[in-house]
Amino acid sequence: MSAPNNSFDPVEVTPLHPDEVARMREEALAAIEAAADLAELKEVRLAHASDRSPLALANREIGALPPAAKADAGKRVGGARRDVGQALKARQAVLEAERDERVLVEERVDVTLPWDRAPRGARHPLTTVAERMADIFVGMGFEVSEGPEIEAEWFNFDALNFLPDHPARTMQDTFFVESPDGGETGLVMRTHTSPVQVRSLLTRELPVYVVAPGKTFRTDELDATHSPVFHQLEGLVVDKGITLAHLRGAIDAFVGGMFGEGLRTRFRASYFPFTEPSAEVDMECFVCRGASVGDPDAPCRTCSSEGWIEIGGCGVVNPRVLTAAGVDPEVYSGWAFGLGIERTLMFAHGVRDMHDMVEGDIRFTSAFGSEN
Amino acid sequence: MRVPLSWLREYVDLPADVTARDLAAKLTLAGLEVETVDELGTDLTGPLVVGRVLEIEELEGFKKPIRHCKVDVGRANGTGEPQEIVCGARNFSEGDLVVVVLPGGVLPGGFSIGARKTYGRMSAGMICSATELGLWEDHTGIVVLPEGFGAVGDDAIGPLGLREDVLDIAVTPDRGYALSMRGVARDTAALYGAAFRDPAEVAVAAPTGEGHPGRIADPALCDRLVLRGATGFDPDLPSPLWMKRRLHQSGVRPVSLAVDVTNYVMLELGQPLHAWDRDRLDGAVQVRRAASGEKLETLDHVQRVLDADDIVIADDSGAQAIAGVMGGLNTEIGLTSTRVLIEAAHFEPMHIARASRRHQLSSEASRRFERGIDSAVQLAAATRAVELLAELGGARVEDAYTHVDESAARGPIVLRASHPGDVAGVDYPEGTTRTWLERIGCAVEDRGEDLAVTPPTWRPDLTDPNDLAEEVIRFEGYENIPSVPPRAPAGRGLTPGQRLRRTLGRVLADTGYNEVLSYPFVGESDLDGLQLEDDDARRVSLRLANPLNEQEPLLRTTLLPGLFKALARNVGRGFTDVALFEMGLVYRPRPGATRAPLLPVDRGPSAEELRQIDAAVPDQPRRVGAVLAGNAERAGWWGPGRPATWADAIQAARDIARTAGVELEVEADRHAPWHPGRCAALYVRVDGERLLVGHAGELHPRTVKAFGLPERTCAMEVELDRIERARGADTAPTVSTYPVATQDVALVVDESVPVGAVGDALAEGAGELLESVRLFDVYTGEQVGEGRKSAAFTLRFRAGDRTLTAEEAGAARDAAVARAAERTGAALRG
Repeated sequence: MSAPNNSFDPVEVTPLHPDEVARMREEALAAIEAAADLAELKEVRLAHASDRSPLALANREIGALPPAAKADAGKRVGGARRDVGQALKARQAVLEAERDERVLVEERVDVTLPWDRAPRGARHPLTTVAERMADIFVGMGFEVSEGPEIEAEWFNFDALNFLPDHPARTMQDTFFVESPDGGETGLVMRTHTSPVQVRSLLTRELPVYVVAPGKTFRTDELDATHSPVFHQLEGLVVDKGITLAHLRGAIDAFVGGMFGEGLRTRFRASYFPFTEPSAEVDMECFVCRGASVGDPDAPCRTCSSEGWIEIGGCGVVNPRVLTAAGVDPEVYSGWAFGLGIERTLMFAHGVRDMHDMVEGDIRFTSAFGSEN
Repeated sequence: MRVPLSWLREYVDLPADVTARDLAAKLTLAGLEVETVDELGTDLTGPLVVGRVLEIEELEGFKKPIRHCKVDVGRANGTGEPQEIVCGARNFSEGDLVVVVLPGGVLPGGFSIGARKTYGRMSAGMICSATELGLWEDHTGIVVLPEGFGAVGDDAIGPLGLREDVLDIAVTPDRGYALSMRGVARDTAALYGAAFRDPAEVAVAAPTGEGHPGRIADPALCDRLVLRGATGFDPDLPSPLWMKRRLHQSGVRPVSLAVDVTNYVMLELGQPLHAWDRDRLDGAVQVRRAASGEKLETLDHVQRVLDADDIVIADDSGAQAIAGVMGGLNTEIGLTSTRVLIEAAHFEPMHIARASRRHQLSSEASRRFERGIDSAVQLAAATRAVELLAELGGARVEDAYTHVDESAARGPIVLRASHPGDVAGVDYPEGTTRTWLERIGCAVEDRGEDLAVTPPTWRPDLTDPNDLAEEVIRFEGYENIPSVPPRAPAGRGLTPGQRLRRTLGRVLADTGYNEVLSYPFVGESDLDGLQLEDDDARRVSLRLANPLNEQEPLLRTTLLPGLFKALARNVGRGFTDVALFEMGLVYRPRPGATRAPLLPVDRGPSAEELRQIDAAVPDQPRRVGAVLAGNAERAGWWGPGRPATWADAIQAARDIARTAGVELEVEADRHAPWHPGRCAALYVRVDGERLLVGHAGELHPRTVKAFGLPERTCAMEVELDRIERARGADTAPTVSTYPVATQDVALVVDESVPVGAVGDALAEGAGELLESVRLFDVYTGEQVGEGRKSAAFTLRFRAGDRTLTAEEAGAARDAAVARAAERTGAALRG
């Protein structure tokens, strides 16, 4: 850039002559108008609007003018440059619109082509359903408790008031565990998640509000509705002033969260050694809502036209269990429930055969997202 | 327990309009779960009438004897003429009353009866057998009705009781009393507020003297024994029709009158009875423990060796029955027995339960004894039985009988009258508790706010206040318990470990792996397939005493076999590109573990007791395993696919660690079941110490073959619990906004030097200014020479407080290269 020349007093500078400025403006405007595409316009911008363009160079000469002439020349050159700038902007808009109309359309691709280059996998629906079930209770303030799958008999039975020779103990179809050399261990594959009740009471501060999802084991052959390995969600509350009404409330919240609001539940008296009183829990069939009962023309496959679906067992924690876990049953009471996770999955997603849950066929898991 | 409704109605004044289904629904809610209601005879249509056989003509010349009969059916056939019927049975004579189904009738099972020509004669209808009528199983001939059953032509459906509703109740282990008509009737009466007649209220006169001598060796085994005799019994008399029908409807096979009577009384009162042939008994009846090794041949013709824990009924010649389980063959009531001795006893339930299991004999008697029967009903039951033998079998009841009573009275259970309401969360009206407990037979005494409740002898299950609460609540209606949301204190949510597991599942699923949940049962052949050495720790597995599959008695010490099998199954089903993962426990026995103790239950365990029990429970670490075969990236219109390799398997492990915020250290290893040249050992740092967390890589070809996997299958297994131990709190970095200075270096090292070690050395030597180091190329070939390779890294440097000069970046790079040279012999590629 040349510095302003103050050493002489020029009267006139050629590039600033009005005719000359007008000519440069006209040339620029004509070139802009003639630009056929964005690339040409970019060239025109370089030629007529860059720092090296004639108008820019003319602008630099203004400093050399006598003070009286500066304003006039500045106005003239500035106006021309503004006109060129506006024309460029307008032409740019026109050409971009043209490009959008023509060129981008020509660049079109077939968007239906697949791009499953790296296939996604899926989590097992039993896992995600168990999480959903637990989350409903976590939302109520419960925590998730855990325990071992190979369990001491004392935890699995005795502490839960299964007396040594009582029929209830033998009804559980237990897998008994031996040491590597075939010796007795006093261990079993846990037949239910209920031992986690006792473990929770032994390790947590009272009051206790926990759920415990997990694997359980019984010596049932695999068929459409049975599996030697299955899953339960245990629930346990031990607090002061706890009643069956709270249990019903928790079960209702679960059914509402899992299967939809407004489904009725009912308790049926039953027997479990570790709860007294005990109940089986049914929920209203979420498909027919009882409409199929006694209507042979509209049978319901989900509830076998019974109107109710059994979802688990529950009851007031037997005070003997509290005693065995070192909790004073005179001060505390509680309730517990066990819900079948396979059953919940079967009902929630229409799974019909237990084989599908245990075989690991990728078509089965792929049908579910990683979260459901 | 199968309950014919008409039988039940004998004891309960149930409103006439109550149907079997109504009752079933009500009983089910109240804890007697009715599994099915069998509506017997609904598929039966008449005319089915009483007929009298007028004439029998034996037809000759057929393969089996055939009779052509003329049967008087009155006006039931519309004409009054005798009905001509061909019949293959031979157990009847002219003049007998029989059951005739006339043409147009349908027998159970949809068997339509018409008139047709057979054996050269017209046969219009059929003379029915008990089996054909659905009465009971009898293949000896047709039913001959007793004289006086009805007039010819009368409908027989009603009088035969062919239409019956039978409730099948799944009795829970606590409600032994419901294994009797009496018990079900009592609950039914209470539920409907109907009058109840107790069939155990049998008038029993005091004995005129000692009956057959009986002794109880130990009241702890048996606290009541009744022996009552009937003489002059006619063993040829059949059981009456109604009794056989009821037994059959209740699921008990009719045998003979003496046996049927004992079974009938058992169903009625819940008291199992034994009928002895008194002539075969040698001396006093004794209830005692078996001598160890004592032998007895039971009714099922099995010679059994008795256990010292078995209770036996013995006479002077030895054990004659396993008490409460099964009788002996020697003293079985026979076809000629005329002197019958009925034994009714109350045995200790757990002894019976153990004996039943020990001898693998579950009988109607043992089921009742082990659940607990009425401890005071024995005299009534024995008396009821001998009276039936007298009434139906022509016997005379002996007025002298033996009643050994060693029973102790039960003390009361004290509970607050409000306790049932407190348990239910319902404010029951005053007096509710007392009312219901009295209805089920309890004696209730007021003690201020408390009630002292003595349960009846037939409810040994009622021992605690909560047992009584359950009785009140079930009669008040479980369905009437309100729904009140629980108010838990604020929870802390999931633990970090629980959150991590969920996230890991998502990460693995997002990177292509499908989750499987395989069974933890494995066999020796699986461990062999893994190519484990004999002394490999993974061979030391716990075993199932009672596996479902004898080939898979072991409990897994690694997740891999289950994953391999699931992979092979998918491949077998036509999938070539398969990636699977599993997250689950493996079971590692503790060396020298002792038997887990059975702690007391009348108090909480001590810390020492808990330590003992925990020491016996095996270590059960949580692992994540993955296996993949075929293409990791598919072929498609974009080009060829990319096969899954050892690198994918190791990357899965790295992803897991990264997700946990932990860096894995990877090192070459030789470890089964991996390919010895393509196996990585994976480590984390815990408090500066290196901790092995697992392995990954390509599988050994032998393992691939053993499990039938696709060639070059790759796998990974890490112990999540160990990775978690390396987790620390993530701290935020200082994010500098100054420009980056990038330096690329190519280092030549010996072929045997792991590139990972070169990268580690660079990172270590580069100093604080290093932002990242990343390998971008590995080259082998002529330019670097035989046995050498070149590894090219990009080093990115950045300072937090200034723009780095070229000199600073260069110096840091040189320091990095110098460290790599020192550690790995690396030389800058010229």
